[in-house]
Amino acid sequence: MTQQGLKTIRTPEIVAERGGEQSSAHASEAETALELVGVSKEFHSRSGSVVALKDIDLAIRRREFVALVGRSGCGKTTMLRILAGLTHPSRGHVLAGGRPLWRDGARDPETVGRLGIVFQDAHLFPWYSVEENIALPLKLRGVPKAERLARARELCALVGLSGFERSYPRELSGGMRQRAAIARALSYQPGVLLMDEPFGALDALTREKMNLELQSLATASESTVVLVTHSIREAVFLADRAVLLSPRPGRIRSITEVDFPRPRQLDVEAEPRFQEIVRTLRRQLDEET
Amino acid sequence: MPSREQLMKYLPWISTPVLIAVVLGLWNLAVSLGVSQYTLPPPGEVWSALLDLMRRPDVWTVHMRTTLVEAVAGFGIGLFSGVIVGAVLGRVVWLERAVRPMVVALQVIPKVALVPLFVIWFGFGMTSKVIIAAILAFFPIMLNVLLGVRSVDPGHRDVMRSLNAGRWQTFWALEFHSTLPYVFAGMEVGIVFAVIGAIVGEYLGGNEGLGYLVVETLNALNAPDLFAVIILLAVLGYVLFFAVNVAKRLMIPWHESVALKDIA
Repeated sequence: MTQQGLKTIRTPEIVAERGGEQSSAHASEAETALELVGVSKEFHSRSGSVVALKDIDLAIRRREFVALVGRSGCGKTTMLRILAGLTHPSRGHVLAGGRPLWRDGARDPETVGRLGIVFQDAHLFPWYSVEENIALPLKLRGVPKAERLARARELCALVGLSGFERSYPRELSGGMRQRAAIARALSYQPGVLLMDEPFGALDALTREKMNLELQSLATASESTVVLVTHSIREAVFLADRAVLLSPRPGRIRSITEVDFPRPRQLDVEAEPRFQEIVRTLRRQLDEET
Repeated sequence: MPSREQLMKYLPWISTPVLIAVVLGLWNLAVSLGVSQYTLPPPGEVWSALLDLMRRPDVWTVHMRTTLVEAVAGFGIGLFSGVIVGAVLGRVVWLERAVRPMVVALQVIPKVALVPLFVIWFGFGMTSKVIIAAILAFFPIMLNVLLGVRSVDPGHRDVMRSLNAGRWQTFWALEFHSTLPYVFAGMEVGIVFAVIGAIVGEYLGGNEGLGYLVVETLNALNAPDLFAVIILLAVLGYVLFFAVNVAKRLMIPWHESVALKDIA
């Protein structure tokens, strides 16, 4: 990923507003990008009902990188889907940029339009080429074909998919597909990226590489990121705050500030303080069982 | 040294002539071992009967044309109605539940048993054959479309939902493309069934079509001609199947069934 490439996805407005200044994401910016207020979620089935989430309060600041960590079944994916407006909470409110995501049981399209989602599986459309997949959100927004494909090619360069613009998704490796899915989510400059274990299916080496790229991408695009992961190391490496969830019912067990300077390199994991944070979270996770 | 992939590509072009040669060899052997020429005429005789048949103008302008029109018209009707009924039943769950027992009942009826009925209703002309061809083509297409409409990936639906896609946008960007492979799978079965329907219809009534020619040669106990007509039928079926297959390659080049370069 080149630095020039990264610049292309900034909107002029944001650059002007921030005066081109970079600051650590969680400094004094109190502005809230996303907020869960007293959110609970129950799922009902024939075998009874399950409380997936109970009384969740969480405010995510603008340009903050938040990781949701926990075991399988602790409700982290449900939480992300609620943040994304894909699942309606049983109780409580979801606010995005101070506006409610749901109104009278329907999603507010304008608010949803400022969220970009990357799923565990890339979910690219096999009938579209890579560039058409990346341009799909713009197509749905009525952006003219030439313009949206030009933008898709820019994004291909940004996420390291140059030369594969015309390929079909099945011709790509798992890592490349996930890059394309990220590019698709970035295509409309959503401001908030919601990611559900996006690299969960990748091998460890590719995963480390993708994490580094995700970090620089998030910084460069000045996005707020919520990342769901089951890896404590990954959460601590990437996040400004790691939110640990405990299962049945899903609750917030702890919130840990991680303030290593950015950009973080892989050797940050060797630092004693990094390992101590990981150990603490690990212990909290183990207490549950 | 050609790669394995290249070999796979050319394999059918080599294996097909070899297989044909083997079949012709066994056939000749059987004839020379004393199988009656009335039951199994030698390949040479069938070949000259085929040439004679192909020189008869009425074989093309009347018989081949009739069967072709019946099969294609029946297939067209079966395709149109199959896609519509399949899409509606796929989407309207209660309706599908309501009519399922009837659909199953209709499906298990040997449809060719209905041919005499259609002859009574619609006469000895083309209409009855077109209808039987349409009915035979309808079921595989309808069932595949029904399955296709239900098989849209929920993850893909989530993507469209997260992008605020409207009803029509979701249809054109997702459901349409996602269902097409199923439509073509149904069409590939349906076109073969349509030819069967047309031929069986011709067996039982009328005086035109390749099916009629089969009956005529049978009545004359003319085995070489019978074989020749069957070869023409095989060619007709192959050409129609190939046409559907080409349409599939053009419409869904992204699909695995096309990408694997399976021979038509």
